[in-house]
Amino acid sequence: MAFLSSKVFAVFITFLAFYGAQRIYLRFRRFWLNPVLLSIVSLIVFLKATGLPYQTYFEGGRIISFFLGPSVVALGVPLYLQLEEIRKRGRAIGVSMAVASVVGVLSAAGTAALLGASDAVIFSMAPKSVTTPIAMGISEKIGGIPSLTAAIVIATGVLGAVIGPGVLRLCRIRSRVAFGLAMGAASHGIGTARAVEEGEVEGASGGLAICLNGIATAVVTPVLVKLLLMLVRP
Amino acid sequence: MIKSLLIIFTFLTLGDLVSFLLKIPIPGNVIGMMLLTTALSRGWVRLEDVKPAADVLVQNMAFLFVPPGVGLMLYFDLIAKEWIPIVCAYFLSTVAVLVVVGWVTQKMERS
Repeated sequence: MAFLSSKVFAVFITFLAFYGAQRIYLRFRRFWLNPVLLSIVSLIVFLKATGLPYQTYFEGGRIISFFLGPSVVALGVPLYLQLEEIRKRGRAIGVSMAVASVVGVLSAAGTAALLGASDAVIFSMAPKSVTTPIAMGISEKIGGIPSLTAAIVIATGVLGAVIGPGVLRLCRIRSRVAFGLAMGAASHGIGTARAVEEGEVEGASGGLAICLNGIATAVVTPVLVKLLLMLVRP
Repeated sequence: MIKSLLIIFTFLTLGDLVSFLLKIPIPGNVIGMMLLTTALSRGWVRLEDVKPAADVLVQNMAFLFVPPGVGLMLYFDLIAKEWIPIVCAYFLSTVAVLVVVGWVTQKMERS
């Protein structure tokens, strides 16, 4: 079985799983068939079936996820391209993203803490609304479990994409910018992909929310989590 | 492509350096992103120089988080043990952010 343990094989099955998942998604276009979710589930099933430990798989997998760091830096390009738009609606966007980061962290970490979750789970859930590489970075910095964070973040993205449009309609949100910002802030890239289907303004606003909410959450999470734990566990 | 990757890794390194030196709990990649945006708007870096690699990375970001996502399998026991707080926080927080952001943005746009 040494063959299955190689880094090359780990990278190969990751490409294979994602390619297959993309094909399925493009064929059926259902949001719960999200390619990231599908490929994670199929890889877990494969590893469980073959008995290959995650640690062995991740020896190769880390070669792929290494590029998350540079890809966050690369988000600086779309952010730069939207600077004009941000300046025009500066106040509304700034305030809503500041509120988004605080509400996101407090509602996730607060609910978990009040219902008796362990510290590792509270820290891992705190940055759940922001894009995975940023969330994993935050989780690592505050003492969470980065891969648990990654899984929760991806699940959050799928949930936001599925229920977001319905929830926003129910709350009578008619502004296209508000729709996009809400989708991007609550469910990052996966929610933004859904917002893109509504129109260009929604898509661009979603992308903007990923960047700004990511930055704001990185700034506020360490402080908020510390405060929260002091309140909950005096 | 090489030039564009060099720029991205330059800013990632700078971001890590700032995060390390100032001992701030913000990931180096987020600082690198902000520095890159600043450099672009100040004209220190030209858009066409950084765009080739940046576009590839941004468009395929989803693929990159599959391996850490598979790591969920390590925490099945933890999730089984603490599923109530995890599931409640997951639903509540997602709905809260959607509603608050949509509502605040719409209110402020009108005023």
